[in-house]
Amino acid sequence: MKHTWKWKAAAAALALAGGIGAAQDALAQSKEIFVPVLVYRTGAYAPNGAPWADGFVDYLKLVNARDGGVNGVKIAYEECETGYATDRGVECYERLKSKKPVAVNPLSTGITFALTEKVANDKIVLMTTGYGRADSVDGSVFAWNFPFLGTYWDAADMLVQEVAKKGNLKGKKIALVYHDSPYGKEPIPVLEALAKQKGFTLVKLPVTHPGVEQKATWLQVRQQRPDYVFLWGWGVMNSTAIKEAIAVSYPRLQMYGVWWSGAEPDVLPAEMAAKGYNAITMGHSAEKDRPVHKDMLKFLYDKGQGTAAKKEEVGSVLYNRGMISAMMLVESIKSAQSKYGKRVMTGEEVRWGAEHLNLDAAKIKAIGFEGMVQPVKTSCMDHGGAHRGRIHTWDGKEWSYTSDMLEANQKFLRPMIEASAKKYAQEKHITPRDCSKEK
Amino acid sequence: MIYRETGQYKTTYEADQQLFPILQDRIFVLLVIAFAFGAVPFLASEYLFRAILTPFLILSLAAIGLNILVGYCGQVSLGTGGFMAVGAYAAYNLALRLPDLNLLVVFVLAGLCATVVGVLFGLPSLRIKGFYLAVATLAAQFFLDWAFARIGWFTNYAPSGSVSAPPLVILGWEVVGPVRKYLLVLGIVCVFALVARNLVRGAIGRSWMAMRDMDVAAEVIGIRPLYAKVTAFAVSSFFVGLSGALWAFVYLGAWEPLAFDVNRSFQLLFMVIIGGLGSILGSFLGAAFIVILPLALNQMPGWLGVEMSTALISHIELMVFGALIVFFLIVEPHGLARLWAIGKEKLRLWPFPH
Repeated sequence: MKHTWKWKAAAAALALAGGIGAAQDALAQSKEIFVPVLVYRTGAYAPNGAPWADGFVDYLKLVNARDGGVNGVKIAYEECETGYATDRGVECYERLKSKKPVAVNPLSTGITFALTEKVANDKIVLMTTGYGRADSVDGSVFAWNFPFLGTYWDAADMLVQEVAKKGNLKGKKIALVYHDSPYGKEPIPVLEALAKQKGFTLVKLPVTHPGVEQKATWLQVRQQRPDYVFLWGWGVMNSTAIKEAIAVSYPRLQMYGVWWSGAEPDVLPAEMAAKGYNAITMGHSAEKDRPVHKDMLKFLYDKGQGTAAKKEEVGSVLYNRGMISAMMLVESIKSAQSKYGKRVMTGEEVRWGAEHLNLDAAKIKAIGFEGMVQPVKTSCMDHGGAHRGRIHTWDGKEWSYTSDMLEANQKFLRPMIEASAKKYAQEKHITPRDCSKEK
Repeated sequence: MIYRETGQYKTTYEADQQLFPILQDRIFVLLVIAFAFGAVPFLASEYLFRAILTPFLILSLAAIGLNILVGYCGQVSLGTGGFMAVGAYAAYNLALRLPDLNLLVVFVLAGLCATVVGVLFGLPSLRIKGFYLAVATLAAQFFLDWAFARIGWFTNYAPSGSVSAPPLVILGWEVVGPVRKYLLVLGIVCVFALVARNLVRGAIGRSWMAMRDMDVAAEVIGIRPLYAKVTAFAVSSFFVGLSGALWAFVYLGAWEPLAFDVNRSFQLLFMVIIGGLGSILGSFLGAAFIVILPLALNQMPGWLGVEMSTALISHIELMVFGALIVFFLIVEPHGLARLWAIGKEKLRLWPFPH
């Protein structure tokens, strides 16, 4: 065989890839605000990823169709399939970056971790509505991250508050069944701190990706008989967990999911047997009758322009969350436009807008989300804006609220957030901004 | 006609044994290297650097490592992802705990850590062979996955288990931006591809190939199985560990153990099989095939201007990709490198084939 070398291969690859680069740049636009939509409509997480993506895209379509864009500036978007894989997510981000996006919603905590450093260099806002790094609430260090409407630390704290109402937690046992990834591990520090404070034992039961094999985990649950099980799953892991809980006859009433483990695709496979399963919400459940839903049907679905395959999906839990995520983005753009003028925004301007959001109840009602979104007020200190939620319970057919509004204890969480953000800043040599000087 | 060796007389042993005995090959390789260093940084777009060239080069390095073990020494390994993880976490811990260490030294030390672990898991290869060895290395993969997910010390007790690389600085040269990262990776890959090429054609490489072709016969002619197999594991793990460190530091920036799970091992094994077992060029071809093709397929409808839903594109991508793997394995079971070699043989006779 002849001696050849790699460079021929590299050259071929380069020629092929050169075409890709050229095609990318030609598409760059200037009269519209570009939003990349990282989604997963295939794979083990598709049952949950698809309705979120439908809601997100539909809301952007609605804003374009109903209002003619954000203050007259249309929104352009493009989907990119990540399959919930971090490396594919990073590739999608790089692919769509050339179109000058203002903000990105990766819908994956793993991808959020990978992008956190990149977005600051690229001046793109990283919006993680209801997920992402909990410590990124601290905007002095994480200037470009916006974990709107609640973090996993908020969720963990609220869940413990809720179960504490049912009796003193001293000597009780809580099991955390979690997706073995940054997403699932995120609440652990808070739950451990709360366990120390309130005197309960925390049993950590990891489930490996994708989570279809949980027999051993639930045998442990049966052995240990925890008083409560917190479920921190996603995709097929959720429905599998509920089915396994039924198999070991663990009472569903004592199960509490995070807001990513509390939607229709999670409970429907187990049908009636899932009755009594609880989950904390991000302030919304499966509302279907708000003005925004009516507009959605009127402007999109009645004209056959909806993204979801069936219009029954409009108003499901994850569809609503996708809509709300897009709404937070649109409102951030509006907020930026109020300062910089009604034109196409840059990432830096949208970042300012996201940091100065102020959506009170009246404003939320005006945009058609009444009762689905808690009042949001962001600042340099608090990139989350709202830290409230309530429990909803599956009755076999639909979700209904079963608790009062809960609010995460910021006095308890804030020191942890700041400590964690400070550690990150040290590792990355970031000088935190002085929040008192930000206007 | 162009590719002809007529008139190239080799009058010394050095000339006969050099890396590329044919003049045209030498010129071509030098041109490609010059192009990669000199022209590409000015031509390619940021997307190309970040999403295609950098991962392609890093995974090529890992594929070379695996090819040394599987292709040259015939020891099947399914633990490559785990050894990459060793490199990545070793580099992370070295950079964290010895912040003044030069980054290149960190990478090399990370490779050496992977070497130690690789040798440890390679020792059973003296007793077990074939499929059984594959299972043993699979165990290594799962053990390493478990270790990095569960033992807090490796991740500096990061609450989410996700760690991130420190800023990359080599002797005051800040490796920021896509072009510098590309050049760093390209430089490292060039050096180690050269090392690999020389190793496999030297005495040590011959002993690996002898072990691969028939271990009993190799032993009879005086090759020590322990030495041959353990060195193959060591060298292979070094390459794989180094590429793991690069993958984590240069490409991902922040990562979790899932980035090095068993799927990564399979992906690398596919690269080596499709590219060509026992060929350095094959490692590059295989990496290109596995890294670039899915991305190209995914974006194909966009280039052609066809409107298609994201889900449909992903399904088509998987189907076409799978079909192409089957196609290439049927057409040329010895991999893309063999196709290339056949092409060259034909080119030597062109335009007058006999």
